[in-house]
Formats: sequence, C-alpha cells, structure tokens
Amino acid sequence: MQTVAVIDYGMGNLHSVGKALEHVGAGRVLITSDEKTIREADRIVFPGVGAIRDCMAEIRRLGFDRLVREVSVDRPFLGICVGMQALMERSEENGGIDCIGLFPGQVRFFGKNLHEDGEHLKVPHMGWNEVRQAIDHPLWHAIPEAGRFYFVHSYYVEAGNPRQVVGRGHYGKDFAAALADGSRFATQFHPEKSHTHGLQLLQNFAAWDGRW
Amino acid sequence: MALAKRIIPCLDVDNGRVVKGVKFENIRDAGDPVEIARRYDEQGADEITFLDITASVDNRDTTLHTVERMASQVFIPLTVGGGVRTVQDIRNLLNAGADKVSINTAAVFNPEFVGEAAQRFGSQCIVVAIDAKKVSAPGETPRWEIFTHGGRKPTGLDAVAWAKKMEDLGAGEILLTSMDQDGVKSGYDLGVTRAISEALGIPVIASGGVGNLQHLADGILEGKADAVLAASIFHFGEYTVPEAKAFMAARGIVVR
Repeated sequence: MQTVAVIDYGMGNLHSVGKALEHVGAGRVLITSDEKTIREADRIVFPGVGAIRDCMAEIRRLGFDRLVREVSVDRPFLGICVGMQALMERSEENGGIDCIGLFPGQVRFFGKNLHEDGEHLKVPHMGWNEVRQAIDHPLWHAIPEAGRFYFVHSYYVEAGNPRQVVGRGHYGKDFAAALADGSRFATQFHPEKSHTHGLQLLQNFAAWDGRW
Repeated sequence: MALAKRIIPCLDVDNGRVVKGVKFENIRDAGDPVEIARRYDEQGADEITFLDITASVDNRDTTLHTVERMASQVFIPLTVGGGVRTVQDIRNLLNAGADKVSINTAAVFNPEFVGEAAQRFGSQCIVVAIDAKKVSAPGETPRWEIFTHGGRKPTGLDAVAWAKKMEDLGAGEILLTSMDQDGVKSGYDLGVTRAISEALGIPVIASGGVGNLQHLADGILEGKADAVLAASIFHFGEYTVPEAKAFMAARGIVVR
C-alpha cells in the first residue's frame, strides 16, 4: 500500500486532511514530522494554517524548507492554503516574511477596502468560490469547470509565472487558486473541506503519477 | 463569479445528543449529531455549526469525541462553540477536528482572550458569538445591547461597538444571534444584522428566529449577512437545504 505523508510542523489541525485522504482511499496516511518517514513516503501533503511568520519559523527550525524542496521534485506533492503560500518567494503578512521560494511570486493582502460592483467585500475571503481551470491538469479530473471550493484566507498568491497558475480564483481581484509545476501542486482552497469536489481532487492526487 | 452566501445548519448538542430533535423525511431522530451532520453534508450544507449547550466540565470529553467523529465523516467546515474559555479549550477542539471555534461569554468577560486566541491560532478560526437584543423603545433611534446567560443578563455594551471591538481584537467572523427574535420564528432582527454587517469588514453570520425560507433570503438581502444559520426549520423537515438554496437563488442570491 502506498504511503502519504502529511507534514506536521506543529501549526494547527491536520486531523481533517488526514481523514479526508483516508476517506478517498489514498493509502496509509502518516501525519508526521519525522524526516525519514517523509523522505520514504510515496506522496506528500504540505498543509498549513495560521500566520506565515509562525509557520515559516517552525518550517525553518525543523529544516523543512530544504526537505520540502528536495522531496517535492520526484513524487506527487500537494501544498494546501498556508502550505501553498509558504512555497512562494515572499509574503507581505507580518510585515514581510521570506518563504521557501519553490514557486516564483508573492503573497499579498486582500486589503481592508476591497470592493466589487459597489459591494464591500469582507476579508477573510471565507466560503465557497469558483475555481477556473486554466489547463487540463490530472488533478482536475472529474471536477467541473468553475466548481466551487472552500476558501478561508486574507492573503492571496500573486504568481510570478502565469503559466504555473492552473486554477484561477477571483475575489475583488484575480488570484492564484492553484499552482502546478512538475510533480508539485498547490491549492489556496481547502480540498479536505470542499465536499465532493475537494474529495475528488484528493482522490486524483492519490492516483497521480506526478506528471502532466 | 462571486463568493456564495452560506447556509449553515446548527446543531444544539447536550451531552453528545442533538437536543431539539431532528426529523429527516419520515425518520424522527433523537439526535446523533454525527449522523445528522452527515445528512446535512449530503444535502449540500455549506458548513455545520455545533453548539455544546450545556458545556459542563464533565461532558467536555463527550464533546471532543463527538467533534472527532464528525470531522472524520463530514468534509465541509465545522464550527464548534459553547463554553470555550481558555486557549487549551480552543486547542483541544481544533485538534479534534473543528475548523473554527466560537467564543461567546468568555469574550464578554475577558475581551483580551479573543486577541490572544487570534494571535495563537489565526483569525480564520476564531468566531465571536454575539447575543444582541434591542433595548431602544419604539420610535427611538434603534439600539441593541449585548446579553449573556441566554439573553437574561444585559451587559450595557452596545452591540455594534462591541462587534467592531471584536473585529479589532482579531475575530475572523461574527455569529450574530438576535435574542428578541430567537425561537419566535419571526425572522432575524434585520436592523441589528445590517448595522453590524455594514460596520464590519469581516463576515457576519445571521442567526435566531428563522421560521421560513423568506427569512433566510431577508437575512442576506436586507440584513446584508454573509451567511445564514438556522436550526429548527431544517431539523423538523419543514425545509431541506436544497429547497433553501433554490429559494435564495431565485431571488438573485449566489449560492453553491
């Protein structure tokens, strides 16, 4: 049976993502901070919640910035929410924090004065929003175009390489809802909280050979 | 392309059982919250709110266990509230699988707790529940006050100013229950819902007093809420979540 390592760096609840992976039959799910276990896993999930400064501090302290860089090259790798933001070059949260830099681009604040069509948009961007599929990626298999996923975030990814944006979101402004590069895939939304579409994406991830 | 307004069924849970009772189709369910949450999930509910209404110290473990079971089977966001007083309470609930934790009375007696919680866990998982009641006389400029103890004790705190303060301290969302309407089934207090929703930059969930689908639509269209919460209209099978969504969509509200 294949193994899926969910990287635990002490920032929040990994129960949901673990249970969702088990629910779709992704294999043996290991929620772990053990480097050896992570290196030996067939697939890797890199979640994250909370503030980027605390997340990056823990990621660095545990040496996971280097680890993530290495293990995401040769097997399917999925970053989720702050896990996606941590893969960018830099975030403007907490006064500006350098991140891992696997994907070119910045993480920016939606702002307090976000408006669209005369409506004041609340921040955090919290709830179900559409994701436009920019390309036909294996992880979109059996998920309808403009399907809704669950988001909860105040900062968004501004991709440095538009060709890596495989899912487009819009909330007052365009943002990257999903990025992909080789065996790396990352989502701003929470697939583990996105009901049937989210579970489908996790199932696709579990079956993906890491190529597209 | 717009963010959908959310429909949130609410389960009032006492010692591991849903207390108000729930009726799905022809099954009257005395109330296993996990089973009930699963059905709402299947119906297309956007979130589930779980309120531990007794929240006595001795049934904490029951609550945590129930949340854990629910989070293993329901793959939509789950908010848990009731008796949340310490950072450890929040940590326990999040570890059990809650996505958001709702702080109520503790915020009134110790507002700094909200700030501490948001610092520690992030605003995205801190909901502040507010129970507001109209205190102005008919004809006066409307004014609402925060009440505690199930709406029995006034605090003297202005509801709109209080909600703003909660936002400033780091709350990520407000769960607003208009007490004078609660259980009366005459709809949300749209005045206070709108006043708070327009004054704040964070999402507001309207709660209290829903008797029909028009009330849900009014909460969004008149109350300007970002989400609508209801318990009994769904529990007793008067309406299903898909019926609620169809009704709202027909009135131009974006739903999932």
